[in-house]
Amino acid sequence: MLAFILRRLAQAVVVMLAVGLIAFALFRFVGDPVLFMLGQDATPQDRERVTRLLGLDQPFYVQYASFVERAVQGEFGLSLRQMRPVSALIVERLPATLELSFVAALLALVAGIAMGVYTALRPRARLSQLLLAVSLIGVSLPTFLIGILLILVFSVQLGWLPSFGRGETLAIGWWTTGLLTASGLKALVLPAITLGLFQMTLIQRLTRAEMLEVLRTDYIRFARARGLTDRAVHFRHALKNTLVPVITITGLQLGSIIAFAIITETVFQWPGLGLLFIQAVNFADVPVMAAYLCLAALFFVVINLVVDLLYYAVDPRLRIQPA
Amino acid sequence: MRFLPLLVSLLLGASAQAANLRWAAQNDILTFDPHSQNHATTLTMTMHVYEGLTRYDRNYNVEPALATSWQEISPTHWRFSLRKGVQFHDGSPFTADDVVFSFGRIRQPQGTMQIYVAGVSEVKKIDDYTVDFILAGPHPILLRNIIDFRIMSKVWAEKTRSQNIQDYKAREETYASRNANGTGPYVLKGWEPDKQIVFTVNKNWWGRHDGNVSDFTYTPIKAAATRVAALLSGDVDMVTDLPTQDVERLRRNDKLKVIDGHEVRTIFIGLDQHNDELLFSSVKGRNPFKDVRVRRALNMAVDREAIKRVTMRGLSIPAGLMVAPGVHGHSKELDQPWPYDVRGAKKLLAEAGYPNGFEFTLDCPNNRYVNDEEICQALVGMWARVGLGVKLNAMPFATFIPKILKHDTSAYMLGWGVATFDALYTLQSLVRTQTTGADGSFNCGRVSDPKLDAVIDAIKITTDLKKRDALLREGLVATRDNAYYVPLHHQLRPWAMKKNVSTVHRADDRPEARFTRVD
Repeated sequence: MLAFILRRLAQAVVVMLAVGLIAFALFRFVGDPVLFMLGQDATPQDRERVTRLLGLDQPFYVQYASFVERAVQGEFGLSLRQMRPVSALIVERLPATLELSFVAALLALVAGIAMGVYTALRPRARLSQLLLAVSLIGVSLPTFLIGILLILVFSVQLGWLPSFGRGETLAIGWWTTGLLTASGLKALVLPAITLGLFQMTLIQRLTRAEMLEVLRTDYIRFARARGLTDRAVHFRHALKNTLVPVITITGLQLGSIIAFAIITETVFQWPGLGLLFIQAVNFADVPVMAAYLCLAALFFVVINLVVDLLYYAVDPRLRIQPA
Repeated sequence: MRFLPLLVSLLLGASAQAANLRWAAQNDILTFDPHSQNHATTLTMTMHVYEGLTRYDRNYNVEPALATSWQEISPTHWRFSLRKGVQFHDGSPFTADDVVFSFGRIRQPQGTMQIYVAGVSEVKKIDDYTVDFILAGPHPILLRNIIDFRIMSKVWAEKTRSQNIQDYKAREETYASRNANGTGPYVLKGWEPDKQIVFTVNKNWWGRHDGNVSDFTYTPIKAAATRVAALLSGDVDMVTDLPTQDVERLRRNDKLKVIDGHEVRTIFIGLDQHNDELLFSSVKGRNPFKDVRVRRALNMAVDREAIKRVTMRGLSIPAGLMVAPGVHGHSKELDQPWPYDVRGAKKLLAEAGYPNGFEFTLDCPNNRYVNDEEICQALVGMWARVGLGVKLNAMPFATFIPKILKHDTSAYMLGWGVATFDALYTLQSLVRTQTTGADGSFNCGRVSDPKLDAVIDAIKITTDLKKRDALLREGLVATRDNAYYVPLHHQLRPWAMKKNVSTVHRADDRPEARFTRVD
């Protein structure tokens, strides 16, 4: 067991190093941060001096090596755009992104399963048809459009919810939360729906397909023959068995929700990591981009590791190691 | 008697009606340090808290701020009398020591604001309320140039260990990058990056507020559609950085108003006039852009009115000069765009030896100026009508700008704003032959005209205003008539706000709360 975890962790390190290397190889195509830092009034001599000072005149692998060397010591350098330590920026933004992602994932899971079960049990009901049609929209519309549409309806037309931002936040130690204030909760609704909609429709369709599959199996027929109530058959026996793949998919999707919150955060001016990243890209802010990409890789690696460990716990066959 | 203060404050409250302003624009600030980053949004925010010795009035005339008067002892020696009784927000008094300290601080090499004290070699304290500026040479626009040289409290900086501007290599953040202590009309209450910056009025300010804004919040909203939605839904009171396609709709909304004004930024096309053979063109062995007839033909083939009508939806002023209205040196009479004349352009091209035109590549940013890529697309079509096959190469500004600065281009689009409101700024950076410093710093096509260089060098040191104005005129007209550039238009920057908000439109695109009323 321990060997298994260690092996996966070693693989995780390799993945992150590879991500960093590829990122650094690509950074010189993003542009030259020095121009943004110095503005239009700078002289060529100033630009040259700062380029050398920042080590941007070095080949990318040398820059990468010094990045890794510092990263190992927990030091990601200073953001070129904001002149603040990258680690501080990330710690400041992380709560916003994590709260948004978890609420979006939870929403996707709960609503997705409920809708999936309903459409599987009553395939011919009007509501089922409607839900399936809506889910088709959710899958096919791009995220930014959904966000803008929601803002148009719920902020501009109805005036119920704020059009941007995170509302008031409370600080609990270094963590800031919007979950404990009314304005924070209101501000969370639209971005969470926008971010979770795609996953929700995915889960809905997956649950529905799995449920239909399970309902056709013999043990359900036997359960019915035993005279169990519909409720017991559907929820105690059928649903339980559909959930295994659903939970796997949800776990894996969580990583992409966190990593791809970029668009939602930009549309709603949500002060999270995605917004930080997109601004870093516009500015060619290398330290922030590098740290963000490595962090995103870390999320994926950790979530995959957890999912693997869950399998390990659930499926006894995996415990028998091949020689 | 004890009620008197209360009564007075009630009366004052009733007459001045302290109001709250919520304003949104595209970008967040980079730092609150007034000496660190030469970045438009950052300067807009720091100017509410920190003041300079001089400032602009509503019409961009220079007026006294922390200095009450000045006197030219010799062309290289100016004496400033400082305002007495001014306090920083922490209560400490403002004196000559703070000016000397701030001068040393803004010049530190890790900052990017030295330009605002360029030409000043020393600032000397004479007594607590008098300082002398020793200049490297005559400096006709000194008073304009030092407006963004803002004064920080020496005592406070020492107490908070903020004597130095943030260094790229430092591990710790300078206190002054997130906290502020100026003398200005507003006090910084807090900055949460990408969320909001909160200010409250400075009750002890020496100056007079034309508006009634007592508290204001600035929110950066990156997505244009969200920014407009925030105004429509009433979440903010005022929005700048409007997307052009939404301006008409906002004008028609009866709860909102749009105030118009231009920005001192001119959008133009630059041409490689240095290489003997264009890098990206079908013409081999020579450079057609070295021929003034070709450059004139390029100018004449552009239908600037069509760009204004279709691409800019009315939000531009077609340009003939390289500087916008409001910049010293500009005049309506000089700023006549080249007439749109397809036949004339064809004739000129034929005379120059290109009866069938030629091909070249136009480099264009796609995320920097208003509708930049669309304008370039329009140009491709217009130049095609005179036989020029233009290949458009659009890219993000971050990759575009290093490319053109390396002169790795044959034709490019650029916009140029004028921080000093004086045409020298444009002539020196864009037209002067590239040497060191600001001379030709963005002359990416390497225009080089010795006669014009002499004019520009003379403008730098001529302090006689009449002579200087004549030289500015000469420089601008020569640039126009030699068609060294293809000026397209000056950008208009409308601001939208609720009906109950009124403010003064600023050509530097920096709204000021002290000019703003919310009724």
